[in-house]
Amino acid sequence: MIKIWSMKKNEEAAAKKKPKTSAAQIRVQKDLTELDLPSTMTTTFPDPADLLNFTLTITPDEGTYIHRMYEGGSFKFSFAINTNYPHDPPRVKCLQTIYHPNVDLEGNVCLNILREDWKPVLNLNSVMVGLQYLFLEPNADDPLNKEAAEELRRSRDQFLYNVKQSMRGGQVKGQQYDKVLVQ
Amino acid sequence: MAAVVNGNPSSGDWQDRYYDVDQILDRPGPRTAHSFMAGDGVKDFLRNQCKILVIGAGGLGCEILSNLALTGFKDIHVIDMDTIDISNLNRQFLFRQKDVGQPKAIVAAEYIMKRVPGMKVTPYYGKIQDKDDDYYMQFNLVICGLDSVEARRWINATLVNLVDPDIPESLKPLIDGGTEGFKGQARVILPTATSCYECSLDMLNKPTAFPICTIANTPRLPEHCIEWASVLEWPRVQGDKKMDTDDPEHINWLYTVASARAKEFKIEGVTWSLTQGVVKNIIPAIASTNAIIAASCCNEAFKIATTSAAYLNNYFMLIGTEGVYSYTFEHERREDCPVCGGESLDITVSRDWTVDRLIEMLVEKQDIQIKKPSLSTPTKQIYFQAPPQLEEATRPNLEKKVSDLVPDGGEVTVTASSLPFSLSLRITYS
Ligand SMILES: [Zn+2]
Repeated sequence: MIKIWSMKKNEEAAAKKKPKTSAAQIRVQKDLTELDLPSTMTTTFPDPADLLNFTLTITPDEGTYIHRMYEGGSFKFSFAINTNYPHDPPRVKCLQTIYHPNVDLEGNVCLNILREDWKPVLNLNSVMVGLQYLFLEPNADDPLNKEAAEELRRSRDQFLYNVKQSMRGGQVKGQQYDKVLVQ
Repeated sequence: MAAVVNGNPSSGDWQDRYYDVDQILDRPGPRTAHSFMAGDGVKDFLRNQCKILVIGAGGLGCEILSNLALTGFKDIHVIDMDTIDISNLNRQFLFRQKDVGQPKAIVAAEYIMKRVPGMKVTPYYGKIQDKDDDYYMQFNLVICGLDSVEARRWINATLVNLVDPDIPESLKPLIDGGTEGFKGQARVILPTATSCYECSLDMLNKPTAFPICTIANTPRLPEHCIEWASVLEWPRVQGDKKMDTDDPEHINWLYTVASARAKEFKIEGVTWSLTQGVVKNIIPAIASTNAIIAASCCNEAFKIATTSAAYLNNYFMLIGTEGVYSYTFEHERREDCPVCGGESLDITVSRDWTVDRLIEMLVEKQDIQIKKPSLSTPTKQIYFQAPPQLEEATRPNLEKKVSDLVPDGGEVTVTASSLPFSLSLRITYS
């Protein structure tokens, strides 16, 4: 049997011994405690002992006038992290029925880094910033709510009107949306 | 008729059983290590002392078990949590039709023992997570032939944690094999000494995921229809009911929904087995790829166990998609690896110290220079600097005694933005 011990590169390495805390757990601790969020985003933990399931609330109010289409709303997303994080991305869903080109009526979100472009070097901060960006710059080219995307392409003014209507808890084209306006 | 050779009559060996292998073991060569004990010493270790663990008794595992048995390893343990499916029989050649439904580990162990005289193969039908450190401590070597990233991460972290600087035998070489279609890799991990599985996590091919808006609006492939059924339709229609990809009823439902979708968009190719393949993320297994990778793994196991030749340093890659290309390189350890990287520190504190005092000490310590540390034990948070709600929830702990939260000799994980990854403290009380 090879004598690995004598071949170890340095003694310092030999002194390293890690705790039983799983890599996923440490990574989530690191991601959460180093979150660098603007005041427009807050996290809420239904059970503070459970770091793997929480809610993100986004209240978009930043940006120039044209970016302020979702201003005044409070949008909630659930985050569910599995034990294979960060190999697997967090699972994110919008908890309200909202009128948005990239969010469907079931709360699915079309954000590339949540699926096809996820990499373990990304973190929870990247995902949250990405989500907020969707409210500043809805993307008509990746539609999940086709009607909203078509409206955005056709008439920005009509789209803005529909957004306001939906955020008040009204209907757009016969579809009821949740009231997300905060006073 | 069996004859006694090699001074080892109890093993049931027949004449010239090891003729070829002994060409390597009877004399030193230009590549043998200094410690190589040509002849009886090395043969005795390999055949009578070395205990090896094989994790996985599937496509790779079956090949690994037979290779090990035929190169002269005698004491093999094998773990697998699966039972044999009829679709396994084309490549998992230790299994026959009559074995369908039986545990892989048990059938594989019995087959090897029946076929190769003198073998002791001990199966365990269950999860690797069922076993504790003492169990893993008994082996000289571990070979993995797994298809799960999660299981690999677990065994890798377990073997890294097992390393005790005071006990040389606690360092168990881990040989990891993996295949995906015509691609494969074999690597040698010396836990804490060389790059570990976690170090290379971002090198993995991620499973193909399609943009969710493509699935929703512009399906072009049968896979798009299947993903539509599983990602969007299942939660919409079935609500909170969890999808079980091993449940044929669930696959049936997805297949029906995906087929209807495919028909609507005039897409061909949605089949039951493709549905199962997509939702379980199955990449077709190729018997020859398994054979090459298993051979490479067992070759490394043989070299490490016998020191008869230099072992792989440390990553071998096979790409058989276009021709046969292979590449060997040294994957470097990552300083910021959450499993084998980072620093570990033994500290002794008074039983009266509060968490606040401990944090103050960490911040003041010149050699580590931590700003705003967050602390936890493997089971609970001690103090988190952020987010605000968790800071508030853990703030009362600042006044508590460390000794009320962490047992003597217990581990504390410290993270901070100023640390590459994390710092682990082992706390003892004065
Ligand atoms: Zn590592």
